[in-house]
Amino acid sequence: MKVAIVNTGIGNTASLLVACARLGVTAELTERPETIRAASFVILPGVGAFGPGMAKLRETGLDEAIVERAAADRPLLGICLGLQLMACESAEAPGVPGLGLLEAVVVPFRARVRVPQLGWNRVTSDPRAQLVVEGDAYFANSYHLDQVPAGMTGAWSTHEIPFVAAIERGALLGCQFHPELSGAWGAALLQRWFDRC
Amino acid sequence: MLMRRVIPCLDTRDGRVVKGVRFRELRDAGAPVELAARYADQGADEVVLLDVSATPEGRGNALATVRAVRRVLSIPLTVGGGVRNVDDAERLLSAGADKVGVNSAAVERPELLTELAERFGRQCVTLAVDALGGGSDWEVVTRSGTTRTGRRVLDWIRAGCAHGAGEILLTSIDRDGTRAGYDLELIAAVADGVAVPVVASGGGATVAHLTAALSAGADAVLAASMFHEGEFTVADVKRELAHAGVAVRR
Repeated sequence: MKVAIVNTGIGNTASLLVACARLGVTAELTERPETIRAASFVILPGVGAFGPGMAKLRETGLDEAIVERAAADRPLLGICLGLQLMACESAEAPGVPGLGLLEAVVVPFRARVRVPQLGWNRVTSDPRAQLVVEGDAYFANSYHLDQVPAGMTGAWSTHEIPFVAAIERGALLGCQFHPELSGAWGAALLQRWFDRC
Repeated sequence: MLMRRVIPCLDTRDGRVVKGVRFRELRDAGAPVELAARYADQGADEVVLLDVSATPEGRGNALATVRAVRRVLSIPLTVGGGVRNVDDAERLLSAGADKVGVNSAAVERPELLTELAERFGRQCVTLAVDALGGGSDWEVVTRSGTTRTGRRVLDWIRAGCAHGAGEILLTSIDRDGTRAGYDLELIAAVADGVAVPVVASGGGATVAHLTAALSAGADAVLAASMFHEGEFTVADVKRELAHAGVAVRR
């Protein structure tokens, strides 16, 4: 099993690498489209901002490699900003197109709640979900998807309003929370993604 | 609903956890990796690691400590101490921190917060503020409480958020290590004054203290001695908080 983690160049992928190692999975950071094409599993992590994140993917040609994987239903996991980059666009960077894998746009939390949302929140899952089950997840976000794309199964949390905590369809999984920082529950989710895909 | 966080704090110097009173009289309290793993097992929501080393050698050890602690944690890790520029922050994040705490350097050059937020996102940027005083008037102090700045705490925190801080780690110097409870007026003033989450620190020694800080508006409570000395496990504390009606992760 070979896991490629898209190198965002931001230097905060240590917890993800450790989480994979703890599951006995060999993971490597990469900026090379051919590695993304060849890997069994690809994780698009993300911390940072939507505009620079998309610019980085485009200049390295990683955007096309990721889109090809999704089109072929090969295992792809987007985490936090990585999930948001899969959408069509984001209020964080108006005019910058996303990867367009998800029929959704990224919107900010309203000003009346703590932003960024930092901490643990309850995730309620759809009974049809194959991967995401109910539990407590760690979030670090100011933005979220506006809807569960048609044809996908969603999981939800509430931060004043209900928001999309995760989406899944087959081998495609997108988490607004950080499974690598969500304790045993998050580790079990990663394990299910590795096992079932 | 977003739950309130209970955060054990590891003040480390030269690779060991230490604890003092009002940032002085530091005593050895154990090995950071063992304590971090124990607290995570007990249900800690996050761990904060503050490096209080005074020397460059100590700082080098701190990176090794971050790597070692990261390996045993599957919950968030915030690391602070001596972060003066984007490169310092990047080294800590690469070593395994999820958030970086900045204090003195941000007071001296607030643009640092902007640079960190632009590079890593504001959810990575924790502004640590040490508040001196009581009543309703607090002054920002820096360099482990040794330097008075003349700046009002609320003014500085609002400015810090405008510059890019995504979280406030608020420590009352007057309460730190005293076991007298958190400065509730300070917490309420800051929690009302900003949109970002506020972590209360300084003086927490009982579950009643933690409950009071959360009721005053803190999003999270940080404590050190009460856990290091084995009086309470994190699990004990969270069970009692839940019993008192506080939403915590169980």
